[in-house]
Amino acid sequence: MIEKTVAELAAALASGDISSVELTQAYLNRINRYNPTLNAFITICDESALQQAQAADAARAKGKNINPLLGMPLAHKDIFCTAGVKTTCGSKMLHNFIAPYNATVVEKFNAAGAVMLGKTNMDEFAMGSSNETSHFGPVRNPWNTEYVPGGSSGGSAAALAADLCAMATGTDTGGSIRQPAAFTGITGLKPSYGRISRWGMIAFASSLDQAGPLAKSAEDAALMLNVMAGLDEKDSTSIDKPAEDYTTTLNDSLAGLRIGIPRQHFAKGLSADVETAVRAALVEYERLGATVKEIDLPNNHLSVSAYYVVAPAEASANLSRFDGVRYGYRCADPVNLEDMYKRSRSEGFGDEVKRRILVGTYALSAGFYDAYYRKAQKIRRLIKDDFTRAFDTVDVIIGPTSPHTAFKLGAKTDPVTMYLEDIYTIAVNLAGLPGISIPAGIANGLPIGMQIVGNDFAEAKLLNVAHQFQRETDWHKRKPVALGKGA
Amino acid sequence: MDWETVIGLEVHVQLSTVSKLFSGSATKFGAEPNTQANIYDLALPGTLPVLNAAALGMAVKFGLGIGAEIGRRSVFDRKNYFYPDLPKGYQVSQLDFPIVGKGSLTITMDDGSEKVIGITRAHMEEDAGKSLHEDFHGMTGIDLNRAGTPLLEIVSDPDLRSAKEAVAYLKKLHSIIRYLDISDAIMAQGSMRCDANVSIRRRGTKEFGTRTEIKNINSFKFVEKAINFEVRRQQELIEDGGRVVQETRLYDADKDETRSMRSKEVANDYRYFPEPDLLPVVIDEAYIAAIKATLPELPDARGARFVSEYKLSEYDAGVLVATREMADYFETVANGSGDAKLAANWVSQDLLGLLNKHNWEISQSPIQAQRLADLIKRIKDGTISGKIAKTVFDAMLHDTASVDAIIAAKGLQQVTDTGAIEQLVDTVISNNPDQVQQFRAGKEQVIGFLVGQAMQLSKGKANPAQVNELLRNKMKTK
Repeated sequence: MIEKTVAELAAALASGDISSVELTQAYLNRINRYNPTLNAFITICDESALQQAQAADAARAKGKNINPLLGMPLAHKDIFCTAGVKTTCGSKMLHNFIAPYNATVVEKFNAAGAVMLGKTNMDEFAMGSSNETSHFGPVRNPWNTEYVPGGSSGGSAAALAADLCAMATGTDTGGSIRQPAAFTGITGLKPSYGRISRWGMIAFASSLDQAGPLAKSAEDAALMLNVMAGLDEKDSTSIDKPAEDYTTTLNDSLAGLRIGIPRQHFAKGLSADVETAVRAALVEYERLGATVKEIDLPNNHLSVSAYYVVAPAEASANLSRFDGVRYGYRCADPVNLEDMYKRSRSEGFGDEVKRRILVGTYALSAGFYDAYYRKAQKIRRLIKDDFTRAFDTVDVIIGPTSPHTAFKLGAKTDPVTMYLEDIYTIAVNLAGLPGISIPAGIANGLPIGMQIVGNDFAEAKLLNVAHQFQRETDWHKRKPVALGKGA
Repeated sequence: MDWETVIGLEVHVQLSTVSKLFSGSATKFGAEPNTQANIYDLALPGTLPVLNAAALGMAVKFGLGIGAEIGRRSVFDRKNYFYPDLPKGYQVSQLDFPIVGKGSLTITMDDGSEKVIGITRAHMEEDAGKSLHEDFHGMTGIDLNRAGTPLLEIVSDPDLRSAKEAVAYLKKLHSIIRYLDISDAIMAQGSMRCDANVSIRRRGTKEFGTRTEIKNINSFKFVEKAINFEVRRQQELIEDGGRVVQETRLYDADKDETRSMRSKEVANDYRYFPEPDLLPVVIDEAYIAAIKATLPELPDARGARFVSEYKLSEYDAGVLVATREMADYFETVANGSGDAKLAANWVSQDLLGLLNKHNWEISQSPIQAQRLADLIKRIKDGTISGKIAKTVFDAMLHDTASVDAIIAAKGLQQVTDTGAIEQLVDTVISNNPDQVQQFRAGKEQVIGFLVGQAMQLSKGKANPAQVNELLRNKMKTK
C-alpha cells in the first residue's frame, strides 16, 4: 500500500480497503525503520498523526469531508510553522521553537483532513542544494545512502522516495523542490510566485520563495496543488486569481504542443547520461504529437550570479529577527546586548547561513547597492524578458533539472561549485514562473530529473504535460532498490 | 558677526488608525505592556505584513491637505538595524518612492507676515516598540505595544530661519493634522514628535553650514528653546574658531541644553532595499478623488471665510481657526446667537480665558457652544446687560440649567420697567443732593457717578441707558 500514489490511496480509502489509521500506522512503522538511516524527519508526530487519522476515518464514516486527501498521510518540510509542533527550519537557531500558529499551507491540509506524519529535514533556512547544511545532520538519498538527496527540501524528497509518506510539502527558492525531486526520482512542482501563500513559511528570500508539492506522480501533485493554491489575504504577494481544479486538464491531448529546448541548458557541463535521458523524453513527446524546437535564453548564464545577490540580500534582512531576544537560541550568559546579538547569532547559525548573511549585507551596503543589488534586479528583468519572448513561440520549455545525478555526501566543499548546482532551476525563480521536475531515467542506479517550465500560472499545463509523459513511461514508479519493500 | 539660522523639521505623527500599519493589533495608548502585539508585531518567523488601508487613506489625505503630489506608485523599503525594540531587525519605511511628494504650507508670524514653507515629502513607516530601562535592575524591559503603529514622517525643506518660525510651522502642521483628523498629534504623549535639523551660516552666503539633528523635543515650547540653545552653541563654537560636527544631539529640557547623543561619529548604514513582502502601492485618480471628497475646510480657507462671512478681523479669525474644535465652536455660537462679532469676542476672550485658566481642551468646556449662543441672545434682546452676562457665564460653569432658567432663578433680568427705574432714579437724586447740584451747575461728568449709584441700587439689573436718560430728564426739569 505505502508505495501507492495518492490517487490510488484515495480510492482505497474511499472504498474502505484500508483505513487512514492503518495507512498512517504503516507509514509510521516504515519511518521508524528507515528514518535512522535516512534522517529524513526532524520531528515525527506518531500520536497526533494517529489521532488525525482516527478523526479522518470518523469523518469519512459520517460522510463528511469528501476531499481526496482525507486521511492521507503527509510530511511537511520543517520550514512551515505548525502550531504546537516544533518548527526548526533545520537550524540550531530554532532548535526549540514551537510556533503558536499554523502556516496557511498547513492549515489547508488540515482542513482537507490530511494526516501530518512529521516535519522533514532540510538545509538550514533552506540554504543549500544537498541537505548537508542542516543542524540536524545530512539527509541520505534512499537510492544510495552514500549520496545526497539534493536540497533544500531533501528530507521531504527522501521521505517520499523511500515511501515514508504518501506526499510531502517543500519550498523552492532557487530549485529546492525540483533538484531534490530529480535526485530522488519523484515529481516536484514549484508553482508560479504568488500561487501559494507564504504565510507561516519561514522566509529565506521573500521575492523568490514559493511552496509546492512533492509527490509520486504529476496527478498527485495536481491533487495537492488543488489544496495548496489560492489567494491568502495574509500574504500580500499571493495572487488574486481563482485556483483551478488542476486534475481536470491532466488528460488533455498534447497534439500540437510546442516544446522549446533552451540551447543554454544543453551546453557544456551537462552530463551525457542526463542529456541522453532528456532527449529520449523529447522523442516520447514528439510521439505524443508535440513539436520540439531550440530556443534561446541568452541571459541564463547570469542567473546564478544575480540570484546570489538578490537571495542573500533579502535573507540578510529576513534573518535579522533571529536575535536571541524573543524566541529561539540565545547564547549563555551574555554580558550585554551586543554580546548577546553576536554570540547568539554566531552560535545559532551555521556556516552557509552566515556566509549568505555576509554576502547579502555586503551587497546592500552603501556604495555597493548599485553595483550589486540594483544590477541584479536589472538582470532579473532581462531573464524574465527572455522567458516572455520564448513563450511567444512555445508552450513549455523542457530541459534537465540538474546537470547530473545526485553526488556523494561531502563531494562538494566549495560553495560556488554548490551554487552552480541550480544553474537550470534558478532562472525560473527569478522570473517567478512555474516549473516541475519529473523522473526521466536512471543512470548508475540514480534517478535523472527533467524540468518542464511554463508561462505565468500555467501550472495546469505543466501538470498535463508531465502526466501525459507518466502515462507513457514508468520512471516515476521506479523505487530505490537500496531499501527493502514493505514496512 | 551676522548669522543666519537654517532649520528643517522632521515630524513624526502617529496616524490614528484602529489597528497597526501591517497587523491587526490595536493601537490604543497606555495599554498594559505587550498586550497589543500579535505574532507579526513580535516578528515570529513566517509572519507577513498586510498594509492597513486606513493608514494609506490618512497619508493621502494629508498629502492632499498640503496640496502635495501624491505618489501614484509608492514603495515600502526595509531599513535595517538591530535594536531590541525593533523585533524584525528592520523597520518598514519608504525611501525613494514616498506616498506624499512635494507640498507646502503657509505660516503666519506674530506681526501678521506670512511665509510659505516647503514640505519635501511625507512617507509611511512603522513605529518601533519601547525599551524600558527603569524598573528592571540591570536589564531592559521591552514593550511592543507601539511596535508597528503607523507613522507619517513629514520632512520640511530647510526653509525655516528662526526658532519662532519653526514653532509657527509646527503649530500650523499640528492644526492641519487635527483638521484632517488623522492623528491625535499630542506631543506630550509622543503621537507627534519633532526632530530639528539646525545649522547656521553667515548671512548672505548660499552654502549651508554643517547641521546637527536635535531629537527628543516633546513640546512646542521646547522646540523653540532647543533650537535657540543649539543656534547659540553653534555660533559660540564657530566664533571661537571651532567647527560644528554633524551629529545627533539630544535635548535635555531640565537643563535646557542639547547634548551629543553618540560619542562615536559612526554613520549608520541602514542598507535600505525594497520590502519584498509588500507589493508597490498603486493608487488611481478615482481613489484620490474619493479621498479629496472627504477633505474638510482647512484653517486657511476657513479663516478667510470667517473674515468675509462674519466680518471678523484677520487676527480674530486666525485665533478662532487655530483648531478645528475652536472654529466649530465659534460657528455654532455665531449662528445660534445671530451675532458673529459678539460671538467672536465671547469665544476668543471669555471662553479661551476660562480654558487657559483651567488648562482645558475645548471639548472639556463646561459651557457648550449652544448655551453660549443662548447667553448672547439674551444680551442682544436686552434681557441682560453684557456685565450681567459675565455673572451668568460664571454661573453656567457649575449650573447646567438653561441660560433663561439661570437668569430667572437669580433674578438677573434687566429692569426696563420705567416705573421701577423712576423709583430708583428718584432715590438716587434725593440721596445725592450735592452731585445733583453739581450736574445742574454744568458738571456733566457727575452723571457717571449717579448712574453708577442707580446701578448699584438695582444690583446691576437696571438698563443703564434708561437710567442715564431718566436721570438727565429729571435733573433738568427740576
